[in-house]
Amino acid sequence: MDEIQSLIGGFGVALSWFNLMLMLVGIMLGVIIGVLPGLGGANGVAILLPLTFSMAQQPGGATSGIILLSCIYWGALFGGAITSILFNIPGEPWSVATTFDGYPMAQKGEAGRALTAAFSGSFVGALFAVLLITFLSPLVAKFALKFGPAEFFSVYLLTFCAFVGLSKEAPFKVVASMMLGFALAAVGLDTVTGQLRMTFGSTSLLKGFDFLIAVIGLFGIGEILQTMEEGLAFKGVRAKLKARIVLDTWKELPRYWMTSLRSCVVGCFMGIVPGGATPASFMSYGLAKKFSKDGDKFGTGVIEGVTAPETAAHAAGTSALLPMLTLGVPGSPTAAVLLGGLMIWGLQPGPLLFTEQKDFVWGLIASMYLGNIVGLIVVLTCVPLFASILRIPFSIIAPVILVICAIGAYTVHSSMFDVWMMLLFGVVGYVFKKLGYPLAPLVLALVLGDRAEDSFRQSMLMSQGDMGILFSNGLVGGLTTLALTLLFWPLISMVWDKVRGVRGKS
Amino acid sequence: MASNQENDERAATSVKVAECIVAAVIIALGVLVMVDSLRLGNRWVSDGPQAGYFPFYIGVILCISGAVNALRALRDPYVRTFVTRGQGKLVLLVLVPLVGYVALIALLGIYVASTIYIALFMIWLGKYGWAKTAAVSLGVSLAFFLMFEVWFKVPLIKGPLETALGLN
Amino acid sequence: MQLLSRSLSLVSAALLSCAALTVSPVLAAWEPNKTVEFIVPAGTGGGADQMARMIQSIVAKHQLMKQSLVVVNKGGGAGAEGFLEVKGATGDPHKIIITLSNLFTTPLASGVPFSWKDLTPVSMLALDQFVLWVNAEMPYKNAKDYIDAAKAAGPSKFKMGGTGSKQEDQIITVAVEKLTGTKFIYVPFKGGGEVAVQLVGKHIDSSVNNPIEAVAQWRGGKLRPLCLFDTKRSSYTAKVTTDMAWSDIPTCKESGFDVDYLMLRGIFMPGGVTAEQTQYYLDVLKKVRDTPEWKKFMEDGAFNTTALSGKEYADWVAKEEKRHYDLMKEAAFLAPGK
Repeated sequence: MDEIQSLIGGFGVALSWFNLMLMLVGIMLGVIIGVLPGLGGANGVAILLPLTFSMAQQPGGATSGIILLSCIYWGALFGGAITSILFNIPGEPWSVATTFDGYPMAQKGEAGRALTAAFSGSFVGALFAVLLITFLSPLVAKFALKFGPAEFFSVYLLTFCAFVGLSKEAPFKVVASMMLGFALAAVGLDTVTGQLRMTFGSTSLLKGFDFLIAVIGLFGIGEILQTMEEGLAFKGVRAKLKARIVLDTWKELPRYWMTSLRSCVVGCFMGIVPGGATPASFMSYGLAKKFSKDGDKFGTGVIEGVTAPETAAHAAGTSALLPMLTLGVPGSPTAAVLLGGLMIWGLQPGPLLFTEQKDFVWGLIASMYLGNIVGLIVVLTCVPLFASILRIPFSIIAPVILVICAIGAYTVHSSMFDVWMMLLFGVVGYVFKKLGYPLAPLVLALVLGDRAEDSFRQSMLMSQGDMGILFSNGLVGGLTTLALTLLFWPLISMVWDKVRGVRGKS
Repeated sequence: MASNQENDERAATSVKVAECIVAAVIIALGVLVMVDSLRLGNRWVSDGPQAGYFPFYIGVILCISGAVNALRALRDPYVRTFVTRGQGKLVLLVLVPLVGYVALIALLGIYVASTIYIALFMIWLGKYGWAKTAAVSLGVSLAFFLMFEVWFKVPLIKGPLETALGLN
Repeated sequence: MQLLSRSLSLVSAALLSCAALTVSPVLAAWEPNKTVEFIVPAGTGGGADQMARMIQSIVAKHQLMKQSLVVVNKGGGAGAEGFLEVKGATGDPHKIIITLSNLFTTPLASGVPFSWKDLTPVSMLALDQFVLWVNAEMPYKNAKDYIDAAKAAGPSKFKMGGTGSKQEDQIITVAVEKLTGTKFIYVPFKGGGEVAVQLVGKHIDSSVNNPIEAVAQWRGGKLRPLCLFDTKRSSYTAKVTTDMAWSDIPTCKESGFDVDYLMLRGIFMPGGVTAEQTQYYLDVLKKVRDTPEWKKFMEDGAFNTTALSGKEYADWVAKEEKRHYDLMKEAAFLAPGK
């Protein structure tokens, strides 16, 4: 009950008209940042940092400052979904999985429904994560410490196995696409030996292939090229704008409570570990597809396919703040800037923060509740506005989207080479889609490939080449077993059915 | 007109050819990856895999899957169309200017190049009038300039125009 | 065009200095006329990144620069991405870079073509210490206990975690091994914060984290410092935990293995910039160093606050490059052809 008391105190600190206004400003900025692939949360936090110093002069100002900064973070989490759904361009890496069903929904004229589902899912995920932080933070911080290289590898393996499974595409096309992703992920400097891999003397390849550039090209540009085939029309143009769309979608959502709950758990787990919001969204989408009644229809525009990744991404993004506060390890660039902000106010993240800076921490936690509520209200009222963007004629919106893609690719490393790469990925995306090569395995392999390889080789170093380390304790063994079970799930369920069938006959 | 339409519906490339080209590229990439992995060392030594261990097998699998995909495509008894001429034309109508746009970015900076690109797209494909075109293309570039350079302080590529205006 | 902009900026600089003359005669002649990029050749959250963001915050808080200073992380290829960018930006006074030891180690270990000679040295900010850490729940009370235990366990049993491969952490590890006759399993991680957390979680046995990367865990009673890799003890005597100050940590020399290593935290500019431009940043950095926030930051991280500039700084860097070459040659970390 201590927590509730502290939380009420926290609300006392966070709940003022001034702070509510700051939340509104922060969320709106964050949404803009989330929408544009060229801007990351780090940019927004960085420009507002100076402003917060003048605030910090007033009493309670440090809390106001951190409320403003963290609301940018929530806004960016909400905003990433918008362009994914409307144009198939993920504004942030964690919204890639949202495109799989969100964009088909928009094409069917259901953009409003998809957006509402995405935002509501995000909110549910965040709420779940904040509740977890409020009541279980000491336990959770301890749990995060259990993750060494072997455990990380098993988590990545689990993500792969949850996502990959039987799909409609030819199996060797799936394999080729995934291996291409792994090969691209390996380009650059190898963490374990410090050797340069597959750069062939080129200095542009030193930094490797960035996930965002590949995704902008494969999904964004590839999609526009394919749309062009059918002439100058966006399919989503017929989108009807109903004011009641939000309420209508809400009536439908409780039906998928199981998917939401699972996504919340997956998201929080990945956020705390910290595996990150992007793998969380993929894992959650994969699991939803495997266990949903409508699993076969995933990818054609089902609402569960939108809520699952969004809920998990937001839960992960929110719960990732806990390891940042208690361990001092930021899970994302935005979190790193927040961390820098904490330090200049004399707050040292670490095991003692919760005892030494009680007011601040509980103020921050209270602002997580309030910020997300404000955020949900802001984005939901804007759903009709966002959906109406699709009414802009294709020959105006298409070049603007392409310009946004180019800017987004450039800003990742401020390099022209990346813009050319994006173009190349665009052509690859178009050709692959037409020939039935799936893009998702490539993207997943690209985002997780080097991390999985690093943690695998770190664990091999630690065990001196003994694979037994992957089963060396209950946690890692359990995760690995779960991963393998998921991978062979179709096979297992087939055998299971047969056994049951035989029994049924006898 | 009729013959023109017919012409547009003829196949520019068949699926078979496209599949084989993609498979060949995949195999070539696989070989490239394998060659570099050999340089790095592709064995499993006493303390685990070397830097080239995983990439080497990734290369091998790329080659195998490329070969299987090519064989499957060659043995496909149906002749299917990858793109018709009409579709191909439309796609190139976007793709070629896009390549030009990226080349222009390097020369003129992202803002000037974007203005030109949006304007050409609108006039050429959208058949909009000058006034509307100018308003949209200049407006969008100006908005991006304010957003990135002024507001968020993210410097993008700039060209001679910005230098002349002292905005660089 | 370049000429035009140069003359434009000259004119504006002249105007500014005229205006400044009437107000305060000490204002430097050159000032940035657009946003200055502050490049960090490492990922987010590490020591260099923390310092850069600290400087950014201090500059913003005390309004030390008229234009804004923006931190950009370019850590690809063990920092090569950032260094190559600055190398390629010859004559651009709107870029500065903060260095860590990868200024020396990355070109030597990977063969990527850059050297500190491509850059203009501005100022040394501080020297970062290294400390041998173990988990506080382990029985080792001092460095000798730990080394003895590692020896008794035999080669390749104890795990030393560090940042990156063939970089400062591994160089120190190899030096310790050479002097004590131990053999650790060196496990490279992506960043210093990650290493500290792995040590708290007991996935590794020890680390050579910088003070700033591990201080929070030390204060929280999770980690224990064994010895400092320096020739003399730290000068910070204020208590960090209830019973220990930085100055209470013995040097490794006192513990029987004479390994000392300090890491450069300094600022460089691209090559081909004018002396006036360098002077501007030198002045800003001097003001940064005088703020209370910076002093507290230095103390929190137990930094050695030696600050050199000009020729002294360049000489120091040249000497340090030679030292890294020798150290890495001995550890067989050099790229083929180096």
